[in-house]
Formats: sequence, C-alpha cells, structure tokens
Amino acid sequence: MIATTHCELLVVGAGPAGLAAATTAAQHGVATILLDEQAAPGGQIYRAMTSTPILDRKILGEDYWHGESLLEPFKQSGAQYLPGATVWAVAQMTVADATQGFEVGYSVGGEARMLHAKQIVLATGAQERPFPIPGWTLPGVMTAGAAQVLLKSSGLVPGKGTILAGCGPLLYLIAWQYLNAGIKVDALLDTTPPGRLGKALRHAWGFLTSPYLVKGLKLLREVKAQVRIVKGVTALEALPGDAQKGHAQERNAQNNQALQSVRFTAGGRTETLAATQLLLHQGVIPNINLAQAVGVEQQWNELLLCWEPKVDSWGGTNVPGVSIAGDGGGIAGAWAAEHRGRLSALQVAHQLGKLTAAQRDAASAAPRAAFMRAVQGREFFDTLYQAPEQFRLPTGDTIVCRCEEITAAQVRETVSLGCPGPNQMKSFLRCGMGPCQGRFCSVTVTELIAQERNVTPQEVGHYRLRFPTKPLTLGELAALPQTDDSKKAVIRLKKPV
Amino acid sequence: MSNTTEHEALAPPRPRHHKGVYDALVIGGGLVGSAVAFGLRQKVDHVAVLDEGDIAFRASRGNFGLVWVQSKGMGMPAYGHWTMSSQALWPELARLLNEITGLEVGLEQQGGLHPVLNEEEYEQRIKFMTTLMGQPGMVKYDWKMLDHKELKDLVPGIGPEVVGATHTSVDGVANPLKMLRALHTAFDRQKVDYLPLHPVGEIEQKNGVFEMTTPHGVIRAHKVVLASGLNNQTLGNKVGLSIPVRPQRGQIVVLERTRRMLHTPFSTLRQMDEGTWLIGDSQEEAGYVDGIVGLPVLATLADRAVRTMPALKHVRVVRSWSALRVMSKDGFPIYEQSATHPGAFVATCHSGVTLAAAHALRIAPMVIDGALPDTMAPFSTRRFHVQQAA
Amino acid sequence: MFNRLPEAQQALALAPVVVTINGETVRCRAGDSVAAALLAAGLNECRDTAVKDLPRGPFCLMGICYDCLVMIDDQPNQQGCMIPVRSGMKIERQQGAREVQA
Repeated sequence: MIATTHCELLVVGAGPAGLAAATTAAQHGVATILLDEQAAPGGQIYRAMTSTPILDRKILGEDYWHGESLLEPFKQSGAQYLPGATVWAVAQMTVADATQGFEVGYSVGGEARMLHAKQIVLATGAQERPFPIPGWTLPGVMTAGAAQVLLKSSGLVPGKGTILAGCGPLLYLIAWQYLNAGIKVDALLDTTPPGRLGKALRHAWGFLTSPYLVKGLKLLREVKAQVRIVKGVTALEALPGDAQKGHAQERNAQNNQALQSVRFTAGGRTETLAATQLLLHQGVIPNINLAQAVGVEQQWNELLLCWEPKVDSWGGTNVPGVSIAGDGGGIAGAWAAEHRGRLSALQVAHQLGKLTAAQRDAASAAPRAAFMRAVQGREFFDTLYQAPEQFRLPTGDTIVCRCEEITAAQVRETVSLGCPGPNQMKSFLRCGMGPCQGRFCSVTVTELIAQERNVTPQEVGHYRLRFPTKPLTLGELAALPQTDDSKKAVIRLKKPV
Repeated sequence: MSNTTEHEALAPPRPRHHKGVYDALVIGGGLVGSAVAFGLRQKVDHVAVLDEGDIAFRASRGNFGLVWVQSKGMGMPAYGHWTMSSQALWPELARLLNEITGLEVGLEQQGGLHPVLNEEEYEQRIKFMTTLMGQPGMVKYDWKMLDHKELKDLVPGIGPEVVGATHTSVDGVANPLKMLRALHTAFDRQKVDYLPLHPVGEIEQKNGVFEMTTPHGVIRAHKVVLASGLNNQTLGNKVGLSIPVRPQRGQIVVLERTRRMLHTPFSTLRQMDEGTWLIGDSQEEAGYVDGIVGLPVLATLADRAVRTMPALKHVRVVRSWSALRVMSKDGFPIYEQSATHPGAFVATCHSGVTLAAAHALRIAPMVIDGALPDTMAPFSTRRFHVQQAA
Repeated sequence: MFNRLPEAQQALALAPVVVTINGETVRCRAGDSVAAALLAAGLNECRDTAVKDLPRGPFCLMGICYDCLVMIDDQPNQQGCMIPVRSGMKIERQQGAREVQA
C-alpha cells in the first residue's frame, strides 16, 4: 500500500514565503517538508529561476533574480523538498490518534499519497484577478501573468499584434521586460480611472518613502518612451472577426472563434486595434481554496476587493495548526512574502516547543521590521490600481464562470429568483462547479450578487469549497488507505433505508 | 433568532407579491419544502416559502438524485407503497414543471441497479430483497438479481468483480439541482413568495391564523407546513409537534463530465444528464459537522466505484459533497398534523427527490383539505411512542 | 503567436524534443510545458468546451484555469501547462467532454 510520511511541519508552496518559512523552521530544528506543484522552486514571482533559458539578467531584471538568495539557505537548512507535488486535501485527523494534526492528500506523477503533519503553513500565493470582459474566453486572450510564465520558463515572447490591457504595475513590468528583450507591444491600454491618482495621493507619503518608488518611476519612464500607452480606458472588448469593418460578429454562436481585434474606449473615443494576443491584468488576489477548504475564515478586503483569510500577525488562523504566509494571506508583494514566511515559521517553532516565546520574539524582530518596510507604500498602489467597477461587474452575455460557461445575465437573473448567495447560485446554475473550483469566478459572483441585492460582499459570502482542491483521478483516490469505520460507513450489509 | 415586531422590522430583502395572510406557508426552501410549496400553489393562490440564508445545513445540496423504489420499506410496508406512489406521479410533476417553466429536470425512469461486489454481498442482497417483498401488505414490483453476464449486456464496462446486481424497471433518477431550479423558477412565474433570509424565531396561532416571527417582521398564514429539515425539531415544539430528527452525514464524490455512457443508474454510481458522475453514498453519525470531508471515506467510495466500473479510474474527481441527511429514529418519513395547532403540519424525510412528486401532488392537497387521511397514520410520530411503550 | 528568444532557440537547436501536435511533427525546447510548445507552434487554441463546444486555449499558464486541457498520448483532459514535453509525445486537441473507454 502507499506509505504515509510524517513530519512536524508541512509547507505548501515554494514561492518566497514558502521557501523562507521552510528554511527558518528547519533551521530551528522543526522536521519540515516543502511540497510544491511546480517542477522547480520559485512560485510564480520567481518562476523558473533555476531553469530559465534567459541568462541575460538585464531582461528579467534584478527584482526577479533576488529570488536566488532564498535557494542556498533552503538547501542548507535540512528541510525536505518534494517538487511536482500537488496538495489536494488537508483534513483534520479523522482517526482518534495520540498525535494530533492533519492528514494531507497530495499527488506526485499521478499517484496519490498521504502525509501526516502536526502543523501546516500554507504559502500558496496569489492568482490573477478575473477580468470578465466580452470575449475574454477567446483563444488568444491570456493573463499578463501567463505571458510572464512563458517568458521566464520558456524564453517565449509574443509576436506582432500584442496588446496589454488593464491596470497595475505588472503590466508595465512586463512591457519593460519585453523591451529589454527587444520586443515592443502594440499598445498598453491602461484602465486606471482618471482622477484615481488624486485619491491615491493621500497615501503618497508612505509611497514616497518606500523602496518601490525609485524603481517604479524609472521603469515607467522607459516604457512610456517606447510603447503606445492609452490612459483612462473605460471600455474594453475582445472581438472575434474583423471589427474594423464596423461589424462585430455573433460572439457566442459559432465555433472557430478566436481573437482578431480589441475594441476600447478612452476619453470618449472608441478605437479598434487588430490583435492576435491580448494580455489582461488587473491585480492579483489571494489563492484561498486550500485555506477555505480546511476551514479558515475569510473576510472581504474592501480596498483590494477580494476574499482573504483572517490571519494574525504570525499568519495564524482560526484553525489551530494552520497558518498562512505570503500573498495567500492577503496581497502584500514578494518582498513582504519572505518575511511573513519567516515570521510564521518562528511561531510554528515556538508552538512545537523548539523556541521559547522570548526566543521567538527576539528572532522575529528583524523579519518584522523588514516586513514593515516592505509594505510601506502599498496602500498607495492598492488605491491607485483598484480594479474599476465596470471590469469587475460584467453584464449581458459576458462569461462569468469560464468552466461552466455561465453568463453575467444568468447570474443576475438568478438573484432575482431569490438566490441570496454564491452557494445557492452553484445549485441553480452550476456556477463555480467546474474544475477551477471558482478561482476565476468567485470574486465576480460575490460582487454581482452584492450589487443585485444591494448589500455588502461580506454579507453575501463566498463559495464553500471542499476537497479535492485540485482534481485527481478516481483511481488515485481509490488507492488511498481506508479504515474499518470508512468501510462500515459505505458498505452496509444491513438494510439501507 | 430575533423577536422583532412588525414596527421594528428591517426592510425585507425582496418585495412580497402578497402582503396579507397567506393561504398556506412552508418553512424551509429545500427539496421537501419547495415541492410541497409548488403543490400548494396549484391548489390555492397565496403561498409563501420562508427560507434561511446561503449557508445553512442544506441537505438538498448533497442529494444523489435517485428516484428509487428498490430497497425501501423494510419494517414499514406503507413506506414501500408511498415510495411507489411518488414514482408513479413523477412524470406528472416533471410535465407540470416543464409546462410552467419550460425547464427540464432530467427525469429518467429506465430502471435501476443495486450492485454487489462479492459472494457475501450477493447472498445478503437476495435475502434482503426476498424478506422485503415478502412482508405482509408490501407493494409489489418485479425485481431480479442479474448475474455478471446479464449485467454486462446492460452496462458495458461493468467491472469483473461485480458478481451481480438487483434490477427493477421502476427505479430511476432526476437531476436534483435542476429540480430546485425549476421549482424556484415556478415560484417566480406563479408568484409564490419565496423569501430567503427569513429564519423563523417564533410561531403562534391566534384565531386560527399562524404568525411566524422573522427578522423582517411577522408573516401570517392560515396553514403552515414545517419542512426545515433538522430545524423541524425546534419549530415543531412551538406548534405541538414533537419531531425527533438527527443529522446523519453522507458524502458523495463527483467526477468530471464525460460523454454520456451510463444510462442505467446504480444506487451508488450514476451519470447525470449533463455528463458528470456521482458516487455515493456513505452514512456516518458525525453530528452537525457537514464541513469536514474525511479522506478514508472518500477512498472507500472511490474504491467501490472503481470496482463497479474500472474504466472510471482515469476520470478525475473534481469535488466532494458532505451533507447532513435528516434522519428520523427509524429512517422513515414523518408526516403529521398538529393536534394542538390545527393547520400546522410537518413533512420530513431523507429521500427528497424520490418523494418530491408525492410531496407536491399528494401531501400538498392533504394540507389544503386540512387533514392527513388515515392512510398516512404509519408516518406520524405516534409510531415512536408505540415503540417506546413496547 | 509566440516566438523564442535567441537563448531559447539555441537550447532547442542543441537538444530538440520532437513531439507531434495534431499529427504534425514539432520540435520543442526541453523543459517547455506542452502549453508553451503549443503556443510556440502558433496554436492559440487546444480544446473545445464540453458545454457549448467553443474553442479555448491556455489562459493562466499556472495550473488553475483548466483551459489548457489537451489529449496527451491518448489520455484526455491533461493540463498542458503542468506537463513538460517529452520525446515522442502525442498531443491532440481535446474535443469536448472526454470519452470513457468501457
């Protein structure tokens, strides 16, 4: 049968938070395992840092290569590392056992395994915010993050007819990285609403003294000098067919529809550009699925407009033994993530008896100070780059649930039937029941229902997620250990009622 | 639960069609309550459904969707009859819903199978079905234990370990989510006041009229049906009904969509009309814990499904459900009217889909008539007192 | 269309991984995911959806959108962005819901 591994701490995710957490924990004598689904460490922000074909360091920039500094300490720390491992369940121990803790289901190379851990640090990071515009499901439309993965992992750059659209620093970063590689995108359509800068300037003092300022301004200048930037974009559509002739073909009707052009409105003028690649981005949101499925309470962040787990200053949650480090616990960026990883690990080491409270507090002084510096200025960004309402609250035939192909009109109509929240919505429409498990529709559905009902997103709530948080085959699941109780519960030879 | 007076009530979340006293009102908007409410609306004009919020112990969402006769009624032949009557009325329910809403509910009544995976199970099953059907007063239907070879003709891809399965032609399935959607759409079309976020705090009867206290004010009705599952116990006490129910956890494994290939459902494995697969079902006395999914139970469910249909082993598990069944002491439904509060009824069961037709087309008219006939006596809670006295 | 930067192109030339995509032979860089290989071969789409039979291509490239599903070596619904190319791999369009071979 499949052997079950035991450890004191399981860290899920090998981005900056996970690497730093596993390193710190192991350094303090915690038997630590780091599981990550990718083949190499780095998470998304430092994706492919050990394997990228791009050896010219000027292309990706020094912020990217900072990730390397996490690798050597991790290797030396004694933490075990298992790449290519997808965690799909974290369940509280169902067997009455002297060792408390968690049963973790994960898969490597198509084989499901179990592991027992006393403590868990979830460092599953962030994902792209959904960007539901008409045509966002057309082949040729991808996230800006996807384009970055292609660049970092494979040295791939887009060809002619590439348009970046949305808001947030990542769009400018990737435009800059492309320039460094000799590639100029056709346009960058910036949806940051005019007047938003004024609103954000209230937080400018924090930004002016933050490390992001100098880097950011230089990067912006270089991009503006070479790339066509359209500011104040208020409407955006991805169109199949040649819309420059003035016709937009039926979007939903036919097969073989791929991206052919992008239509946008800015400053009262509407323009259509031919396009083969549209790269969308309007910020990132925490990856909450594993946390939510294990019972971590979520709260709606009114500034970032997303669900995030409730965490304390150590990343601790309402589920004893589960803590969250990095952007998975609330978006604060890559620099902050590694410090949060260290803080979580110190708390875990203390809870496992390796450090006294005083030792933990002494060791955490530096990471906590570094964390405070790293988040300086974020409120400015978060205010400036808040995704605009019309790009979060679609209407009509715009797809909301990509997996089940459910439209905004269907969701809104179902609210008018009396559906109060996302879980009833699932029952009515299958919205959120596809393989992505609501990752690309959860925030949209919550906000749509809130708008239709005229209540807050917090009140509307979120999908109730369950294991598996990533699919695995029935055969894999069938090979996991069963118990006498589980057999009794299922195989009932007495009368079923 | 708050005890607000009408004066202090919050603005209700949805406007009501009917502001006065309802002819009939159902507490609980799951499969049982919605089916009863739908039936009531075919008889009277002003019907309301009071429901809770998005996160409640919603048994209906964990439903497998069987419209199943086989195996039912051991120890209570009347339940066998009741189940069969619902089975026979189901096409009428589906037709009515389609007429009113244009929606299909995925009813397929092409027969059903109960698989057995070794000799011991084979023997036990034959013994069980023989005893069941041999009960005095039991409803009659044809059943047959098919052997492996006969099964293979019916179900291509049946696993070599499946030594047999009992088959009847009266079993079938529906799509429980489509059911709920159709019922709610019917409410909208027929102006039933479906009121979510209206948990009921108190129920009083004044001059024959029931007054339900909710956070959005007092709602009044001439007749009330309690169909709020596990909450029936608390509410029942307010109208002189003692309704002992307990939660029993059931877990289901859901597989991704595939092209349709299984047309004869098993009691433990079925493919929905839209292509996803459901694997069930477990029965665990786990208390009020519907959020935690236990890995060993999922493994056992998966293991049996793979033995039943080995080709499924490459198909992906995309979700699991864990829901709390509403179980009475003996597992049979409870239908009863209050002796102290005439006009108050309770309807509870754990086979919400199978019995939906009976709930809509037999229970609802009984409620309007004002009394449950004597034929419904076996389902009253008096049977528990008899058991206790014995 | 996605193109390889010179460094990536050199790596491919040194040690190409040969696969077939919808029957056609394609040379890829070792270490590329199937999704990246598709995009580099000029293919923006890789499947037709199960519900409405509409074309889709890779969207997030980080394993959470499930739009990059393809048939690999006759196994349906494989996430192209999570699987590296391998010599001799057969990659085909995923047409709608998968079949179950009884």
